[in-house]
Order: sequence, then structure tokens, then C-alpha cells
Amino acid sequence: MDRHDLIIIGGGPAGLAAAISARENGIEDILILERDVRLGGILNQCIHNGFGLHTFKEELTGPEYAERYAKRVIEAGIPYKLNTICADISPDREVTYVNAEEGCVTVKAGAVILAMGCRERPRGALGLPGFRQAGVYTAGTAQRLMNIEGYMVGREVVILGSGDIGLIMARRMTLEGAKVKVVAELMPYSGGLKRNIVQCLDDFGIPLRLSHTVTRVHGKERVEGVTISEVGPDRRPIPGTEEFYSCDTLLLSCGLLPENELSKSAGVRLSRVTGGAEVNESLETSVPGVFSCGNVLHVHDLVDYVSEEASRAGKNAAAFIKAGGVRERGRAIALKGEGGVRYTVPQFIDRANMEDKLTVRFRVGDVYKGKSLAVYYDGKEVRRVKKRVMAPGEMEELVIMKSSLPENTEEIIIRVED
Amino acid sequence: MNEFDVAVIGAGVTGSAIARYLARYDLKTVVLEKEEDVSSGTTKANSGIVHAGFDAAPGSMMAKMNVRGCAMIKELSKTLDFPYRNNGSMVLCFDEAEMPNLKALYERGITNGVEELKILTGDEARKMEPAISEAVVAALWAPTAGIVCPFNLCIALAENAADNGVEFKFLTEVENIEKTAGGFRVSTNNGEITAKTVVNAAGVYADKIHNMVSADKLTITPRRGEYVLMDKEVGSLVSATIFQLPGKLGKGVLVTPTAHGNLLVGPNAQDLDDKEDTETTQAGMDDIKKRALLSVPGVPYNKMITSFAGLRAHEARHDFILGEVSDCEGFFDAAGIESPGLTSAPAIGEYMADMIAEKLGARQKADFNPNRRGFIEVAKLPREERARLIKERPEYGRIVCRCENISEGEILDAINRTLGARSLDGVKRRVRQGMGRCQAGFCTPRTMELLARGLGIPMTEVRKNRPGSELLKG
Amino acid sequence: MEIHELTCIRCPIGCQLTVTVDGESVKVEGNNCPRGAEYGAKEVTNPTRTVTSSVRVRGGELPLVSVKTATDVPKDRIFAVMEEIHALTVDAPVHTGDVLIHSVAGTDSDVVATKTVM
Repeated sequence: MDRHDLIIIGGGPAGLAAAISARENGIEDILILERDVRLGGILNQCIHNGFGLHTFKEELTGPEYAERYAKRVIEAGIPYKLNTICADISPDREVTYVNAEEGCVTVKAGAVILAMGCRERPRGALGLPGFRQAGVYTAGTAQRLMNIEGYMVGREVVILGSGDIGLIMARRMTLEGAKVKVVAELMPYSGGLKRNIVQCLDDFGIPLRLSHTVTRVHGKERVEGVTISEVGPDRRPIPGTEEFYSCDTLLLSCGLLPENELSKSAGVRLSRVTGGAEVNESLETSVPGVFSCGNVLHVHDLVDYVSEEASRAGKNAAAFIKAGGVRERGRAIALKGEGGVRYTVPQFIDRANMEDKLTVRFRVGDVYKGKSLAVYYDGKEVRRVKKRVMAPGEMEELVIMKSSLPENTEEIIIRVED
Repeated sequence: MNEFDVAVIGAGVTGSAIARYLARYDLKTVVLEKEEDVSSGTTKANSGIVHAGFDAAPGSMMAKMNVRGCAMIKELSKTLDFPYRNNGSMVLCFDEAEMPNLKALYERGITNGVEELKILTGDEARKMEPAISEAVVAALWAPTAGIVCPFNLCIALAENAADNGVEFKFLTEVENIEKTAGGFRVSTNNGEITAKTVVNAAGVYADKIHNMVSADKLTITPRRGEYVLMDKEVGSLVSATIFQLPGKLGKGVLVTPTAHGNLLVGPNAQDLDDKEDTETTQAGMDDIKKRALLSVPGVPYNKMITSFAGLRAHEARHDFILGEVSDCEGFFDAAGIESPGLTSAPAIGEYMADMIAEKLGARQKADFNPNRRGFIEVAKLPREERARLIKERPEYGRIVCRCENISEGEILDAINRTLGARSLDGVKRRVRQGMGRCQAGFCTPRTMELLARGLGIPMTEVRKNRPGSELLKG
Repeated sequence: MEIHELTCIRCPIGCQLTVTVDGESVKVEGNNCPRGAEYGAKEVTNPTRTVTSSVRVRGGELPLVSVKTATDVPKDRIFAVMEEIHALTVDAPVHTGDVLIHSVAGTDSDVVATKTVM
């Protein structure tokens, strides 16, 4: 069986940044497995701009952002395989992949970085009543058909869910000549960035109906319209509020789910909240030598944070490999979100292995204005940060200083407070 | 050219089974189907259960066909190579007061000829199926029951029929049937054919077809059943098919693994007027989800990947109507085929085919090939075999549907072989592309390209299923 | 005098701005920082956007190449820009940064490729 020091599953923004960082940290023998025809992952179909403001201090489109990282990987001579699906990862890091050239191959990895990204929540999982007609697409599928293949999925469109992909597609379809009639959002607030609401909806006079959902999809063969109803505080439709919108297409932008089937095959423990792996300060999962980063770990709002997180995963995997695949693990400090903080990444900190500054990322469960984020070490408040506004659509972060963290700490809690 | 010995109307599992058993005889048979593919009506949306046969009234056609069909499917799954699992079924009783009903079911099963039936105590049942409710006081265990992929059962029967010379005409809707001296003239939206005999296997439309030739009118009521399907991740929550003893709360809903390893819950029953109304409703889904929890309190609905509805062809007498119509010689009904119609299909097929062959004085063909090779499932092949196959045909190494691990080669197989897929749903039913947890989000564009290439049509003409369901608008 | 209500997009706070235009004078209210004032004034007097789309490619590994306007264009020129983009087909190879349309739709911005298609 062949062996590589590091195998990275996924050649999107997370996998590429992880590879570059691992190489910079001294790992020569790296292999990236990518299922698509080119490196860059989902960014290749995100042809809109707004990427890279943090990383490159300029505004790039998705393909440009992807190309900058792909170039660095290619220039560094890091091997990668395209059109290659990873079929299995075993708990002892045997990676099986499939492609047309080699067939079915198993290789041993010194360390593995999971960077498979996420998928969209489909119609079936939403339980939308109606016929099973053509014309219902997840926003990302429609985006691929339009931006990679060059086809129009519809002419008259209703969008359910105001996630960023849905908003971006509202503009994209409008520019291509479609009529986007309305965007319905189940929650009383949008899950997308403000800037996208202004530039993708307001610019084109597309109404956003908050606290509304689709309660019926009409049409037997093809979508002929949808019924939209207002929902109450319990998010159940309010009878009598039904409104019919005629359309030939329904796009769904109703959430992203980290794609962790392979992680499960490796025996990685997953968080019930994020759907991604539970990781420690090194972004290492419950399986030693298996690291996770990017949208497969938790769904990010900005790709810049994916790249930053993946760099850390690459660096930590390099350290693991250089240490001969065994690292002393100290006692784990549990890191938890409570009272409005839905989760934290990482979920554990081994103080001995943490760097001087550790960035903790999380999301809040509601829109909070003028509240604070409070950090507690074993019940003792150690920090309080006032926030003008926090929303579920945007990731928050806090830095934990090693110097401020007592060695015997058992538990760190982050809460939203007045 | 368009002259046949037998015209079978309907390419669902009943029509396909009749066609397959007719193919054993030296008869020229045609199957007329109004949809674009086999398995497009009742066959595509049901529980996929191979019933043991204790439900039907003793002496009924249902009882007879069910028990025989149950045994036949197990054998056919080998000769025709379709997914089947002999997982057994359990009818749960929640109330001591209803024990007589459970015992009556057992007795009925014995009378019907169902083997190995056994009444279990609640604890015995829970030992076998730990996920079932604490409230279960007893259960009827039927080890001969099974689960089958309904699409592939139908596709296998139809393919084998076609490979043995039966002709299939799709998008061919029967508009009129006229009795002639030599048999029948059947007019369709796709031309006219003549046949010495006609078999009515038109599912929910069997009344319409029957009433074209008979004064003894038939009424088929479409009875809608809704289902929810869960991810394979939770497909082993139960091993057997779990029924509820019909009682105060109605007929009950089932919880079952599917032949492909998902978890299925449903159906409810709602009589409708519209024979095309396969719309799911919020109320219906809420209802079945709630009722299934009586049997299995831990059904993880957050793992739901899709919901669907199917129509059963209900006839008031609640028995299969199988045979020659009394006032129209040469016209045969296979009508009122509701549950256990899927289980019974091979038995009905054999029974009807033999009856028609006798009527026409047909002889068995010497060159009938009873075997059919199923679709290659690359991901399930042993490693070396998979590697060898990919080396020979690299398209089996290009994975298109990553949830179900379906390769380009398998999708091309679905399109290219006998009675190949003509639409996205056709591919899905044959090789499960898009049937996984992402519900075709990722693989739709690539599968559409393969369909366009395989069928020699532009992308804009690729359909989800029947005409009108084109996926693109330019 | 014109009054415009808009949402600032310069940061996630999303301040609700009221912009009053009276002849030459532009007054922004509701902002919490200078960036909001700048945004409000520009949105009302000279709103501009980057347009991103895709252009058909002949003989390439992909049927489309993604493109953008190299700089922002006036908001009311978006559809004029799109018309020129729609009308264009280019030959492979195309490299990121290649100018595909000079001074698109009479603006001073070029349409450039944002992807390399061999």
C-alpha cells in the first residue's frame, strides 16, 4: 500500500489553503483528492464578487479567489488528483479513492485533513408539500447550471430562503432576463449578508417577505406557481394568509449541511449543532491525526475565514506528522456556547498544545442588538465584549489568550448577555 | 405491422408481469403505456413490501395471489436480479383487549397458507426489534415477508419481457377500444393497433379501459397514500417491517427499512376523484409521522430526505378482478390491483398469461430466457472486480452521484439498455442516481448531460419525467 | 428636496440611513460612522456596482468563462453592460484578467475574464 504524509480530502478553498500551509510548515509528501474537473471547489461557480477582502485586501470573484490558491498549490508542486472521489477513510487513516484512471485505490496517510465542504438542504428535507414536479432547484444547483453549463433553469422565479446563495441567484437570474417575483424567508430576519440584500434584491425591486414560507408547490409536470403563507412565532403557517405567486421555478436557499459521511466512516465524532466534527484547538477531530476545516467543519459566512482556518489545520497536521504521528495530549478544557451562542469551534482546548492566541468562532441563534458577549472560565467572568449587532447569518469570533487561561481550567463558556 | 395477439394496457408492475409471463409463449405481445417509462404510476410510489399474506380474506384472489407472489418474488429476485430482502414483518398489538384480533389475523394467515407465522409476546417482539414501543403487548411475526425495490421489480419484469420479444410502446394512451370480428381495434394517441386479446392492467385507469368494452361498469377509486423517507444513516432502526394491528385508530401506518436501506414511514389513505393527484399535503405528512411514533417512538424525522404520495387502485369489493370480462370475449381484466398488488404481481402475471395463452391456444417457446442481469452496482462490487471493471471501462470510475456512489457507467447503462431510461426519474428508478440525501442537488447537471448525449437530444429537452417536465427554460 | 431611505452595507450592522438631497447639499442621518455617511452620499448621488456574469467560449474545456467589470459601473448602466456581455462569444484559451470588452456600454470600465479556460 502506498503512503503519503498528508492526504487532503477536497481541493476547494479549505483544502488548497491547508495544503499550502502544510507545505510551508515542512511537509513534502502531500496529496489532494478533488472530485471536480478543476481545483477551487464551489468557488468556481460563485462568479460574483465580494471574496477576499480580508485575505487579499481587495474584492475578488469566486473563481479569482480560487485561482490564486490553486496557482500557489501548482507552483509549490503539490500533487493533486482531479475527478477523484474519496470513497472511504478508515479510523487508522487508510484512504480509498476512485477515479477512471486508477480505479479503486487505498493509500495510507500519516495525517488526513477533511475539507469536503457542505451541501444544500434539499426540497425533500424541507418537507414542502406538493407534486414532485420539475422546476424546483436548490440555489446552488441552479447556480451551477447557469454559471458553469450556461443554461437557464427558469423564467419566472420564486426563491425560498434568504441565504446568500439565494440572494446572489436572485440577482444573477434577473441579470439573465428572468423575473424574480419574491424571496420568502421563514425567519423574521434574513440569513444573508446585508450587502446582498441591498445589491441583489433592493437594486432590482425584488421583495423580501420575512416570516413567510412556501406552503404549496403547484403544477404536476413543471412548477406553475407557489403558495406563500405567513408564519407565526412558532414558524407554522397562519391559515388565511395564503398568497399565490405564478412562477415556473422555485429556488431553495434553506441552509447548508456539512458533508460528513466520510468523517463518519473514519469514526469522527460529530457535533449535533454544527453537523461537523468536534475538534480541539488544533482542529483535530476525535480521531487522532484526522483534522477538519472549512465548511465541512462548520458552515462559514466568508471564504476568507475558511482559508485562515484551513491554514491552521495544515500547520497543525504538519506538526502532528513531524512529531511522528504521536502527540502528547494533555487534559481537555471544554469550550461551550450557551444563552444565545449556538456552538463554538473548537469545542475543546488542550492548553499545552494551544498557541498564544486562539481564535474561537461561533454563531448566535437570534438577532441581538446592543448585547454583549461574555466569556467565563469555570464560572468566573473574564471578558465582556459589547456588540452593536449580532445575527445568525454572520459568524462571530473571540480570541482566547493562553496567558490569561489558568492551567487548571475545566470549562470555558461564552454567552450572549445584556 | 401493428397486429398483435395480445395488447397489454399498462406497464406498471402488473402489466409488466403479465407481459413477462406471456413472453414464455409463442405470442406477439405489445404493452401500451401512456407514460414515458415503465413503473410510472402506482408502482413507483408504494411501500415496497412483500406481504406474507395474512391480511386478505381467505378464498379471495388477493389471498391466493399474495401467498404465491410472496414466494415467487423471493425466487425471481435471483433469476431477474433485483433488490429484495427477506426481512420478515411484525404486526404490533398495543392493547390486551385487541388480542382476539391479532389471533384472528394469525388464524387467517394459517388458512391462507402462510408459513412460519408466530405470535410473540411484547418482550419477545422488543428483543427482536429494540426500537419498538414499550406499549406493545404482542405481535404477529411473519418471517416470510420481505421488502423489494418496486421500480426494479417492475423494470426487471419488463426488461425480461422485452428481451424475450414483447414490444413496448410508451407515451401511448389508449383512447378507444372497438370489438371486431378477429378481436379488438385499439386506438391510441400514437396510432392504431389490432389485437386478438386485450389485457387491462391500467391501474387507477382500469375502470376507464374496462368501461370502453363492457356494460358491467367498474369504478376504481384512487386512494392516495403519503410517505416520508429517511436517510440510510437511520435505515437500520428497525429490521423487520413494522405494521400496526388495525383497530380503533384505523388501519395504521408502517415503519420499514426499504430494500435499499432507507427508513420508510407511511401511508395514510385518502379517497380522491382525481386519478393523477399524487400531491403530498402538510396535514397528511404530519398525520403519518405522528401515527408511526406509536410503533417506533424514536423515528428520527430530522433525517427525512423526501416525501411522496402514490395512488392505490381501489375497487369497492376489495379483491383483485382477474379474468375474462363476461360480456366481452377476449378482453381480460387485471383490475382493482391495490395492496398487496406489488407482492402479487408475479402470481397475477403467471395466472393471467396462462389463461390468455390457453384462450389463444398458444404454445410455450423453447427459446424463452427467464434470466436477466441486474444493473451493475459498482460501489458494491468486491475491490478487485471494481478495479478490473474500471480498467476496462473507465466510465465506471467516474462517480456522478456521490450520495449513492453511482458512476457515469451505471447511468449510461440505465439509459442504453433494453427499455432504457428517458428521463431523470427513469435513471433514478433504475440506478438510484439522485435518490440519496442531497436529492440530486449535485448530480443533476451531469446526469442531464449524460441523458442529452445518450438520447441525442439538446439539454433543453431533458425531462424530469413525462413531457412538460423539461428541466431547463433555455 | 429628495429624501432617500436606505440600508448601509459597509458593515454587518446595517444602519438605516436617511439621506436628504437638497440641490448641492447632501445630508446623511442614521449612520454610526463616517463610512456610513460616505456610503449614503454616494448611493444617492452616484451609485455604482461591479457587474459579474459569464461569456460563452468556443472550443474551450468549459462552455463559459466568468467575467466582471474591472471597476464599478453606474448602477443604471447594469442592463446595458449585460446586453454587451450577452452578445459576446470568445475563443479559447481565455486567461484570468484578459480584457474581453473595452469600455463596456460606454462606461470607462472593461469587462475582464475572472477564470482561465483553456
